[in-house]
Amino acid sequence: MKPAAFAYARPLDWSEALQLVASGARPAAGTQSLGPLLNLRLAQPDMLADLRHLPDYAGVTVTGDAIRIGAGTTHAAIEDGAVPGRTGAIMAGVARRIAYRPVRNRGTIGGSLAHADPAADWVAVMPALGATAIALGPRGERRIALDGFVTGIFETALASDELLRAVEVPVLPDAVGWGHWKFCRKIGEFSKVTACVLAVPGAAPRAVLAALDGPPRVIADASALMADTEAEATRIVSGFPELDDWRRAVAQTALMQAVAAASQP
Amino acid sequence: MTVEQRGFGVGASLRRKEDARFLHGRGRFVGDITRPGMLEVAFLRSPIAHARLLGVTKPQGAEKRVFTLADLPGIGTIRANSALPGFRVSEQPALAKDRLRHVGEAIAACVAGSRAAAEDLAAACVLDYEALPAVHDMLQAPLPDQPLIHDHWTMNAFLETRRNDDVSGLDAVAAAKVTRTLRTSRQCMAPLEGRGVLAEWDPRLEQMIVTTSTQMPHVTKTGLADCLGLDEGQVRIVSPDVGGGFGYKGILLPEEIVCASLAIRLGRPVRWLEDRFEHLSASANCREHHYVITAWADKAGKLLGVECEATVDAGAYSSYPFGACLEAAQVGSILPGPYVLPLLRCHTISACTNKPPILPYRGVARTGVCYAMETTLDALARKLDITAEAIRLANLVPPDAMPYRNLVGKVFDSGDYPEALRRAVAAFDLDAIRARQAAGEAVGFGLATFCEQGAHGTSVYHAWGIPFVPGFEQAQARLSPDGVLELRVGVHSHGQGMETTLAQVANEILGVHPDKVRVVHGDTALTPYSTGTWGSRAMVMAGGAVAEACRQLAGRVAAIGAALMQVSVAEVEVADGKVRRRDSDVFVTIADVARTWYRAPQNLPPGVDKGGLEITAGYRPDPDTGTHSYACHAAVARVDVRTGAVVLEDYVIVEDGGKLVNPMIVDGQVMGGLAQGIGTALYEEMPYDRDGQPLAATLADYLLPGTTDVPDVRLEHMETLSPWTTFGQKGIGESGAIGPPGAIVNAINDALARLGAEVFDLPASPSRVLAAIHAAKGGVR
Repeated sequence: MKPAAFAYARPLDWSEALQLVASGARPAAGTQSLGPLLNLRLAQPDMLADLRHLPDYAGVTVTGDAIRIGAGTTHAAIEDGAVPGRTGAIMAGVARRIAYRPVRNRGTIGGSLAHADPAADWVAVMPALGATAIALGPRGERRIALDGFVTGIFETALASDELLRAVEVPVLPDAVGWGHWKFCRKIGEFSKVTACVLAVPGAAPRAVLAALDGPPRVIADASALMADTEAEATRIVSGFPELDDWRRAVAQTALMQAVAAASQP
Repeated sequence: MTVEQRGFGVGASLRRKEDARFLHGRGRFVGDITRPGMLEVAFLRSPIAHARLLGVTKPQGAEKRVFTLADLPGIGTIRANSALPGFRVSEQPALAKDRLRHVGEAIAACVAGSRAAAEDLAAACVLDYEALPAVHDMLQAPLPDQPLIHDHWTMNAFLETRRNDDVSGLDAVAAAKVTRTLRTSRQCMAPLEGRGVLAEWDPRLEQMIVTTSTQMPHVTKTGLADCLGLDEGQVRIVSPDVGGGFGYKGILLPEEIVCASLAIRLGRPVRWLEDRFEHLSASANCREHHYVITAWADKAGKLLGVECEATVDAGAYSSYPFGACLEAAQVGSILPGPYVLPLLRCHTISACTNKPPILPYRGVARTGVCYAMETTLDALARKLDITAEAIRLANLVPPDAMPYRNLVGKVFDSGDYPEALRRAVAAFDLDAIRARQAAGEAVGFGLATFCEQGAHGTSVYHAWGIPFVPGFEQAQARLSPDGVLELRVGVHSHGQGMETTLAQVANEILGVHPDKVRVVHGDTALTPYSTGTWGSRAMVMAGGAVAEACRQLAGRVAAIGAALMQVSVAEVEVADGKVRRRDSDVFVTIADVARTWYRAPQNLPPGVDKGGLEITAGYRPDPDTGTHSYACHAAVARVDVRTGAVVLEDYVIVEDGGKLVNPMIVDGQVMGGLAQGIGTALYEEMPYDRDGQPLAATLADYLLPGTTDVPDVRLEHMETLSPWTTFGQKGIGESGAIGPPGAIVNAINDALARLGAEVFDLPASPSRVLAAIHAAKGGVR
């Protein structure tokens, strides 16, 4: 379990990073997912571009009603309160349950989203929060809604010459309802089913069902789910005929639990 | 014999001498050891479960760094033949010859300066093979329509055994009869440290020195010498610190043979370290059993008879030295468990499949057998509407029957089995659990009682037809000139704490402080021959041998000490590290004796015992049919009926290991075993697809219990001495891993009884538990 030989580059500015990626280098952030793939030789890039030394790669800035989180911000930083306000509290609660602390110390929010493992936590949570990805390409920055960012297993809307530079999340009012429920066989394991529900007063509630071996299923208006939860959850999971009975049963439970949590005052 | 408890001797919870190096990261494992000029090996392994191997194309320019079997002429095949009639012989080549029989089977050894470069070579090899249908299901394997894995066989089975008691009359007289079909999953032993081998040829000694992670160095030496065509003096096995054995490190590895052969051929040290991917994909080698079991009982729950059809998936080869049939052979003999059983009808099959060869994992067959028997007992109890406690009390061998010979001829040495059960039950507030159940909560209470034969000796292994039979265990006790006592033992300590417990035994006899006792193990050049550490035998066998050697040494020391004090031997005794006159406070220390013997012999009379201060003694209990420790495991489990997830709320073990040489170490052994038993019960599973491909090749898929998955166990000890061993100690190392699946699944089934649901297969994963609930809801069973 040793990786095949690869070249290693450490770009110090974004244009250099973009050039490396355009020439075929594989971007690497915390390498908590990429590392095992390299060791198993499931990934055999000719070159790794280590993004961790780019300016403003990590860090959080608030502008008006938006919070911009550098792609290189670690799960641990988010767990420890790097993101302010109600949004930050929600994200800290999610981060706390990502894998184990040593993984969170190195793993990054941007790396996780760009890697696009269907079972990853931010892949489920970011669309629920209404986040936006900030992609950087040869023609500058581009905004991509997280609803639709992950397009398949390990597939995203990023172009092959683009890098994920940051994620933007809204400043949420204190009064939002939030539910996040995932099923892991053990603490720290990848989720088998994740459901999130965000209920912002005065807006349509949003739900996400994720970790089902494909891109997250975003329910942009989850009013029906909030109102008639069990029946609607049953209907939603029946739309996953490829899953086995157990997975569908847990998915239904996940939706109901997330709704229940989001409904609490 | 009764042993009084003292500061450092038998019975003291002495802190482990070895922990300082382990806790400070100073342990020395094969992976920590390098040699100048050492080469690393990566194995090209079979990607397919069953095929005719037609050829290997080596990478261009690297032909001399890739070795197939043809490049290593003269190395023998691994053979572990059972003496039982009907056994079919398998020949396991060190590298595949013309047939591939399981995924991960080694085909070629690739040698380079680094492991990564060696893996590059392996990746660049091209295999030419003709795929054959894979035999992946042990129940189908022996059927006539299945492709044969070994061409000269008549069916895919190493062995069948039968015991044919007549149970045909039981239907007419029994108050209850239940039949269950049960399955346990294939597991990997998953020690923290994988296997590792460093082989080097010493031209001065003309000796192959193999540093390898093994729990049985001397048996490995014998097997390796045989396969290499060397005499045993030309092979030295060094087993340094070993990060968990569990049975996985009790076999002779094809990789050991290949590395040794390469070291001779290349004239350079070569090392192979097993990685986790290799372990998971090439060594899923234990625990896979299938039972169809029927039990009859009278209305009080007393067993009238048991009938069992047991199949063990033994994999593709019979591994050395335990062979392919140890599991199934044990199934037939341990099904009666700790109970009085009048009739047993049992048919076992050791099925041959395209999977890695089965190895004996901590508990060996007992974990599966205990699961089958204990869940069946609970099913009987539910049918009779009596409690799980009552049905066990109705059947446990009573203390006044000890020593008790059961219907298969096992002799239980001592113990109060019902008392262990009663104490375990008394540790819970069962009324509170019943009240929660009445309130609709899916919570349950489960029991498992069992006994564990350990340190079984010559008579037992001879009868099982195992290709090696243990005899007298030897230990050497030797004094250094400064009075330090060195104990040299052929067993290996890798978690058992023997560097401490054997020092305690010596202290018990000689009174030498444990700080002045060094336990030397893990090197065949330094230690007397032993079959090694397996079968919960070391504390009984090596403990007994060390005691015997120390006693004989005490006699020599007494003679010299008496001479120094100018009295007769009859007037002195050895205690507290001294030779003391019985009638006064006059003494000389053992260190004085040693110093005089080695460095000032002019002070001794010419007629003093000339045997010296190094003693090798042999020991075997009489009878040597084994000690029987026993335990009751009791669990409280809560089931989430929406997801099938199980939470262990509470766990109690009442355990009797006879005299506990170090109770703290026994606690650790039992807790470690419990964690592995929880793995068997709830998590661990290596599924194979129809093509014989292992589907859990990383630890993301092969789930091991973590710290948060193991509850704070409440441990209680009883200490009924074995009448047959030196201090009354019994083997207990495997015990913790035996009871959990039975106790936990019984708790789950108790929680689900209200729903009419029952779990049959291990592990009781969320999907299996939920399927059981759904099946009950649908009225399907």
